[in-house]
Amino acid sequence: MIRFILLQNRQGKTRLAKYYVPFEESEKHKVEYEVHRLVVNRDPKFTNFVEFRTHKVIYRRYAGLFFSMCVDITDNELAYLECIHLFVEILDHFFSNVCELDLVFNFHKVYLILDEFILAGELQETSKKAIIERMGELEKQE
Amino acid sequence: MNPFSSGTRLRDMIRSIRACKTAAEERAVVRKECAAIRAAVSENDSDYRHRNLAKLMFIHMLGYPTHFGQMECLKLIASSGFPEKRIGYLGLMLLLDERQEVLMLVTNSLKQDLNHSNQYIIGLALCALGNICSAEMARDLAPEVERLLLSRDPNIKKKAALCSIRIVRKVPDMAENFMTAAVNLLKEKHHGVLIAGVQLCVDLCKASEEALEYLRKTCIEGSVRILRDLSNSPYAPEYDVSGITDPFLQIRLLRLMRILGHGDADSSEYMNDLLAQVSTKIESNKNSGNAILYECVETIMGIEATSGLRVLAINILGRFLSNRDNNIRYVALNMLMKAIAVDSQAVQRHRATILECVKDSDASIRKRALELISLLVNDTNVKSLMNELIEYLEVSDQDFKGDLSSKICSIVERFSPDKLWYIDQMLKVLSEAGNYIKDEVWHGLIVVISNALDLHGYTVRALYKAFQTSSEQESLVRVAVWCIGEYGDMLVNNGGMLNVEEPIIVTESDTVDIVDAALKHHSSDTTTQAMSLIALLKLSSRFPSCSERIKEIVNQQKGSFVLELQQRSIEFNSIIQRHHNIKSSLVERMPMLDEATYIEKRTASSQVTFPGKKTSHATHSGATLSLPNGISKTPSAPLVDLLDLSSDDAPQMSSSTNNFLHDLLGVGLDVPSTSAPANTDILMDLLSIGEPSIQKNLPSSTLSSQSILPNHVKARTQESTSNSMHVVDLLDGLSSSPISVEKNHDYPSITAFQSNSLKIEFGFSKQPENPQSTVIIATFTNLSSDAYTDFLFQAAVPKFIQLNLEPGSNNILPSNGIGTITQRLTVKNSQLGLKPLAMRLRIAYKVNNEDKLEQGQVSNFPPGL
Repeated sequence: MIRFILLQNRQGKTRLAKYYVPFEESEKHKVEYEVHRLVVNRDPKFTNFVEFRTHKVIYRRYAGLFFSMCVDITDNELAYLECIHLFVEILDHFFSNVCELDLVFNFHKVYLILDEFILAGELQETSKKAIIERMGELEKQE
Repeated sequence: MNPFSSGTRLRDMIRSIRACKTAAEERAVVRKECAAIRAAVSENDSDYRHRNLAKLMFIHMLGYPTHFGQMECLKLIASSGFPEKRIGYLGLMLLLDERQEVLMLVTNSLKQDLNHSNQYIIGLALCALGNICSAEMARDLAPEVERLLLSRDPNIKKKAALCSIRIVRKVPDMAENFMTAAVNLLKEKHHGVLIAGVQLCVDLCKASEEALEYLRKTCIEGSVRILRDLSNSPYAPEYDVSGITDPFLQIRLLRLMRILGHGDADSSEYMNDLLAQVSTKIESNKNSGNAILYECVETIMGIEATSGLRVLAINILGRFLSNRDNNIRYVALNMLMKAIAVDSQAVQRHRATILECVKDSDASIRKRALELISLLVNDTNVKSLMNELIEYLEVSDQDFKGDLSSKICSIVERFSPDKLWYIDQMLKVLSEAGNYIKDEVWHGLIVVISNALDLHGYTVRALYKAFQTSSEQESLVRVAVWCIGEYGDMLVNNGGMLNVEEPIIVTESDTVDIVDAALKHHSSDTTTQAMSLIALLKLSSRFPSCSERIKEIVNQQKGSFVLELQQRSIEFNSIIQRHHNIKSSLVERMPMLDEATYIEKRTASSQVTFPGKKTSHATHSGATLSLPNGISKTPSAPLVDLLDLSSDDAPQMSSSTNNFLHDLLGVGLDVPSTSAPANTDILMDLLSIGEPSIQKNLPSSTLSSQSILPNHVKARTQESTSNSMHVVDLLDGLSSSPISVEKNHDYPSITAFQSNSLKIEFGFSKQPENPQSTVIIATFTNLSSDAYTDFLFQAAVPKFIQLNLEPGSNNILPSNGIGTITQRLTVKNSQLGLKPLAMRLRIAYKVNNEDKLEQGQVSNFPPGL
């Protein structure tokens, strides 16, 4: 299962942090700091997987943003890599050409999309179309 | 009203925070915003509540404390509109987690929302429940979730299924409630529902054996059918990921099949064809395809697959391993570790490639490859593999050296064909990465060297040479210094020469130079320096010609700021100067270190501490109290130091628990006790206490952090009156009877337990100032004809009694009653006078390596305890 998802920029500013297992507030900051340090200096040719404590972090870099997922050690790394990409495609579609500022000013929407994509640390929906449509319906409710 | 449309203040706040140029500016803006929000909270302003909470969430993401917003979340959730609830639930998930008690207050609102008529509100509640529900909430709200699993709306159904996963993870007992619903989910068409359903099945199988059996019967067919349809499906734009239809669902199905097929031949049989089809049909030039192949291989390894299928799987891994993409190589290494169990020969074939991966520049790959290689080592390939790894050690990254060297050491220890090879390899590792290896490793090496009688000369010469080139490697220096201290004479006279060696010319003063260099090297720490001092002491006796020079070097350390070194040098100086007649026997070459004991000890406690400063904290039972004045109190340390005034423990000198300290000092236990009376006096003079009975503990005191100088002893005696008794004991020669203080029994001894093979007697004593406490001395006698090893005595008492069980005097109990073990128990009876003492006993030991267990109950305690 996914233990947490982080979206950080190169400077280490967290743009989104979603935890599916409980962490203390101070521990969250530590985790975010450590994960950022782990991924930020890795060569692009390296694997997208880093062992982190007793779990592993699957990360992928899009421009200046790092999308990191911490998953169980037995989970399928390649699948989560694909999962990150799907999430990015959804964001890209929703914000039409997403950039970091979209995520800053609309952070609540990003959380909303994530909640339609992943729930309880498991994948909820694999169709980009379904999620975009669902987001449209939710927007209408506002 | 929408708080997020342009021109509202959330946007403005984010803008103004982003406009801040310094952290201080940012803090000021945040402080102002927080103050405004607090004011709104206290006024109970409901118009802007959701806007305020949205701001708080942003502030929270920046890392500022926002706990005052928690109640606002609950109020928003309780309000009626969707936008308010949405922000409320978002805040709930962001600001709270399952451990906060505030969360309990939300259970009722969640329950109402789960029963709401608006499907979007139900969706919000399910989402929150799935992400943060606690075990209590899971129990309270499970019926609602079960009902929602039957909903017709796929959006609600999939969310309810994922919520059920959370519930089952929190409360595994509830797994059975969800079994039938989970099977029905697999009959759906909607992929979201399917993926949630499959995942629910997986979690049910993990949570309950019963569910696993049920699902094995009911959903194998379903999952095989879904996977077959997916893999045969034509292009489906909605779910397509680079040419493959919904790889996510396929992977989850394969995972479920692995769990169902594990250890079950029939189910495995049913899947075989499909697995073969999937693994041959998938194209492996895209990540999504490889992800499925990878999962497929894992499933083949996990179930009772046919051998043909397994060959297919291993071949896929072989292909992965030669892939150019690092990610693929990483997962291949990962999977090969599991494949070893299935077919180790096939994995061995890839050994050369795996070895290359150890040298990869990517730490993730290196780490995996190293793990894998260490599993591949066997007696035939150990030499060539180690050569490769040690060669690589020279050029590897600094931060990898630690991992690599510890792996090499553990492999070398496990597989070394002979001691010469072992020592050679270890010396190579120490010279390359001596600063990275753990203490146990070089401790172990010293034990091995000490036991390799015919290699002493060879080792000390090899170390001498290694020291010349790698004097900056701390642990190499330590081992070298130790060996030179012990076997320095063989270095000079080329003793114990092996055929393969070439003689070297080393003079006595060269040898002293080396130790002197180690002592004074800037990177040497206290341990190394202390070891160097001991080596010098030893050399002063081995090389009389250098004695004067050594004295000088030792003298220089008298001014050391480190108490330990200062003390040592004063003591050693005194030995060199004044006690020529006993010096040689005092610094004799130490006896062989007991390998078996060392290994046992190492496995028993991974922390074995060695000489120098650390000995004052020697960890034997873990509980060590270090007092500020340098007196160390080791409650059960076998190293008993009579001068250690604060330690009121009985000496428990037994051969099996000898502290390595004695050994390392090399004085041996037997030396002083065999020395002539005249020597004894001198020794006592050294200690200035003048009591022969303490001599057997002399060696330990020589290295303990205790001062052996009389004025110190006296000073400390005056400091603490409670200690004075022990000094008296000392002078009265009571050290021969460990627990003599408690000999004055007020109560008759009893036989607490007797069987054919074992007798336990209890002796009692009480201290008048503490009537509730009783000290029990248990004496164990072995009545059988075989010795007991690993003897372990345990006792249990009723709740009103407190029991403190100290370690036994030994763990080997000799046969036929020729020896005993004593063990001290302290019991405190809080119901003294009302209830008598009672105790259950459990005695475990080994006879001829066979485990034995005896149990008994003691109810014949003398009255009044």
